[in-house]
Amino acid sequence: MRESSAVRWARRIVLTFLTVFTVVPLYVMVVSSIKPLQDVQGAFTWFPSHVTFRPFVDMWHTVPLGRYFINSLVVATCATVCSVAIAIFTGYAVSRYRFAGRGTFMTVVLSTQMFPGILFLLPLFLIFVNIDRYTGITLYGSRLGLIITYLTFALPFSIWLIAGYFDTIPRELDEAARVDGAGPMRTLFRVLLPVAAPGIVAVAIYAFMTAWGEVLFASVLTDQSTRTLAVGLREYANQAQVYWNEVMAASLVISLPVVVGFLALQRFLVHGLTAGAVKS
Amino acid sequence: MKARGIAALAASVMLAAGLAACGSGGGSDKSSPKTLTYWASNQGRSIQQDQQVLGPELKKFEAKTGIKVKLEVIGWPDLLNRILAATSSGAGPDVVNVGNTWSASLQATGAFQPFDDATIAKVGGKAKFIPSTLTSTGAAGKPPAFVPLYGLAYGLFYNKKLFADAGLKPPQTWQDLVTDAKKLTIPAKKQYGVVMEGASYTEGSHFAFMFGAQNGAKLFQGGQPGFDSPQMVAGVKQYVDLMAGQKVVNPSNAEYVNDSDMLKDFAKGRAAMMMIQSYAPKGLAENGMKEGEFGVVPIPVINPLPPGGRKVSSHVAGINIGVFKNTKNKDGALKLVDFLTSPDEQKILDTQLGPLPVVPQAYNDPKFQTPEIKTFKDILANSAETLPMIPEEAQFETLVGNTVKQLIADAASGKTVDDQTIKNALTAANKKMQTGG
Amino acid sequence: MSDTITAPGDAPARAPGGPRRRRRRPTRNLLPYVLLVPALIAELAIHIIPMLVGVWMSLLHLTQFFIRNWTAAPYGGLTNYRVAMDTHGPVGKDLLHSFLITAAVTVLVVAGAWVFGLAAAVFLQKPFRGRATLRTLFLVPYALPVFTAVITWRFMFQRDSGMVNNVLSDELHLVHGHPFWLLGGNSFAALVIINIWRLWPFAFLTLTAGLQSVPGDLYEAAAIDGAGFVRKLRSVTLPLLRPVNRVLLLVLFLWTFNDFNTAYILFNQPPANADMISIHIYNASFITWNFGLGSAMSVLLLAVLLVVTLVYLGTGRLRSRHA
Repeated sequence: MRESSAVRWARRIVLTFLTVFTVVPLYVMVVSSIKPLQDVQGAFTWFPSHVTFRPFVDMWHTVPLGRYFINSLVVATCATVCSVAIAIFTGYAVSRYRFAGRGTFMTVVLSTQMFPGILFLLPLFLIFVNIDRYTGITLYGSRLGLIITYLTFALPFSIWLIAGYFDTIPRELDEAARVDGAGPMRTLFRVLLPVAAPGIVAVAIYAFMTAWGEVLFASVLTDQSTRTLAVGLREYANQAQVYWNEVMAASLVISLPVVVGFLALQRFLVHGLTAGAVKS
Repeated sequence: MKARGIAALAASVMLAAGLAACGSGGGSDKSSPKTLTYWASNQGRSIQQDQQVLGPELKKFEAKTGIKVKLEVIGWPDLLNRILAATSSGAGPDVVNVGNTWSASLQATGAFQPFDDATIAKVGGKAKFIPSTLTSTGAAGKPPAFVPLYGLAYGLFYNKKLFADAGLKPPQTWQDLVTDAKKLTIPAKKQYGVVMEGASYTEGSHFAFMFGAQNGAKLFQGGQPGFDSPQMVAGVKQYVDLMAGQKVVNPSNAEYVNDSDMLKDFAKGRAAMMMIQSYAPKGLAENGMKEGEFGVVPIPVINPLPPGGRKVSSHVAGINIGVFKNTKNKDGALKLVDFLTSPDEQKILDTQLGPLPVVPQAYNDPKFQTPEIKTFKDILANSAETLPMIPEEAQFETLVGNTVKQLIADAASGKTVDDQTIKNALTAANKKMQTGG
Repeated sequence: MSDTITAPGDAPARAPGGPRRRRRRPTRNLLPYVLLVPALIAELAIHIIPMLVGVWMSLLHLTQFFIRNWTAAPYGGLTNYRVAMDTHGPVGKDLLHSFLITAAVTVLVVAGAWVFGLAAAVFLQKPFRGRATLRTLFLVPYALPVFTAVITWRFMFQRDSGMVNNVLSDELHLVHGHPFWLLGGNSFAALVIINIWRLWPFAFLTLTAGLQSVPGDLYEAAAIDGAGFVRKLRSVTLPLLRPVNRVLLLVLFLWTFNDFNTAYILFNQPPANADMISIHIYNASFITWNFGLGSAMSVLLLAVLLVVTLVYLGTGRLRSRHA
């Protein structure tokens, strides 16, 4: 099948435009992170006057970035693990059982995706405080509160995707396992999970990215010791100088783990979306 | 059937246990009698510097009283919202710093321990403090909700070399300031007469108040806001016109959201004058400007003053300190307030962070005998006025401050900003004040 | 070929996807309910109960005098809603303005992201050298945490030391002088550009996934019929992508409309031309300390989103029924 030259040129032009559009900000981020301070305070230049890696060293002292990194890592990892685990159980129930209230449950869960965060930010804070007052479990200003919040943010999409994925797995497999004497939980772990691995990886990426990048709730629900990167990055602005080169260096380091992870695992996401959401 | 249910339940329980294990890191300590949480405002050049200055002092306090203080330094953009969130939920620190202009507004929430006679006696009594600093600690006729911690005042910083080269003397009147600024504005050399923190709503509201007062404005009359009176319009215009009409400010200043940009421009000689509070010298030094290279005079007033106009070149600025009612350790909290406002601590904190002491004894220290400090003391004594101490004050700051910020942005991007535009913008703010409260 | 998407509200009708099974009676088994418990607790604690509390707040005069003790706040009934919807009053006027700005941003961003995503997905369908590299590269903006991406753009959009003005005015001389991007009229454009940059890769990813399920023989059949590139796009690709698009457009719409982070990090307090509704509500509550009014605005926003979503899904279903 030959394609006409018009199509060929259209492809070249469109892809070139999209490449430039994508790359320029990334280039600015990288190049600014290896510039000396006076370079980022004056007019923009495409190249550093001299290359320096000082920003990558200094940025850890300007703000306690190391602590924020650990906080973000703990919060995002725990939120991801819990979110995926809950989504697996829920997805299994929704996919394999007919029970009263199933439709309502799915509708409500999915509709929470459209709640404006601002609507339940203060009430959530208030609830956390009251839980603390009556049970002694500290949820505000602690990582735990943030973990519970973030795992819920990723839950609707995760349940939907995993339930869809389970639906694509033929029930004959369940039946076969049952004939071998496996109970429902064993069927889930032995039969469904191995097949659904790509979908689960996809959900995990999504949940991790959600938690890693959330700003609004983190700014209200954390304090100095539990602050995450999303809030911490703003602190570079509260300095005697705005260290743009350090901001860019920090951004680069913060982005690297999620970007690398995402790119390494994105085929699972494509696969998961294909199998779970779009079923032929 | 049952067994399965139990297995699933066990899985859920394990999940919850895992959650608890994950989240066990961090978390705010309960305020037991032996610990206090202290939210300090960002006074130094950075949050880290504040922590370095306050850390050793709080250790001293611990050695003295056995009470451990958990410190959190909060930047200005977040402080008010954090306090509001803490107030609305009842979960806050024990001791907190507030911008003194918010005192009456925060007092109205009822979340702060009033300093009635018995309470204020525990922190050294009223007589301990400089009288003018006590004017902005709460509404008139009620026991104050806060006591002063740091004093601040506005001044006009000018670059001595630029003034000498142009053969100018520091301005005595507002008209002088405008004429000088025009002479010193040379866009080709990237040099401007004045630098301003155009995107800061707090600065905007402070100048609106000061220049409004010079024109005879009253912000509130009988509890009703009057943000759009002709006098207020004239006051706001006086400030915004530096950017709009006279064009003696670099339009880029409209993007300046904190003082670091402003201090840098002034230190590098890109601006000849700067209206800023008394903590500035520390930041200038950090940007490479030495003590003798700049001078400070009061922000000049219009001459002659319009009818009803008042000689105001600063508001009584500063930081107050208060105690949350919900504290589990009221006595400890008051001890901390007493400690931080003691003359010895005032000397240490103020020399390192840059504000003015609020207790008279601290001034015997030779460090506070410099000409600049003397100027600021005079400003506070002779030409400073307190912002209205009413519950609606904080809303005035946010509403009018943001209006001024928007007007400066409009002027910078080339829109016309004349009396009518200013009046319309202020009228909108006024209406919001009436419906919002 | 029964392409279905389990969209919200679709679930109860039948098991998502798969062939129709004989309807079993709802199980008496307790297991599914036990399995739902963790999800239910999480959703109730974080979404549902706080939302109901938010609705209750919206009925109170929750001003600074009562924020410490909510239960003492006077009950205001629908007063807050009246104030928020009175488009002649200052509060309602601003809210409406913010709503219209948000709607405009959303339309442009959803359209832009979808067009870019589709173009990239279609042009990367056929293998060529470097395709894998481009595919990976295009996904980077979506993988970046939102705050790092936006702060980089903020750096680029600065008036004097930003890259954008440097290129437009000093290097290409397309504009005279240095315009502002973070305040005034251009802030709208800045917001749209950043949002498109961040979201189009997601559209690209989803549409790529959708295209993978399009059987190749359909294209061959179309080619034998002599269909050109445009024809194939119109009569094969787009119809087959319809179910994917249905969900994709909805997700893009909800994300953009509810977006708080981009405007917050870019402007802190957005200028009027970029006043996204989420942040407008946030500021309205915190600036006048009137949390009841802020909650009423949030509830209104939620109601609008719900109505739009239900209408959108409803018409979609009608269309597919008549198709």
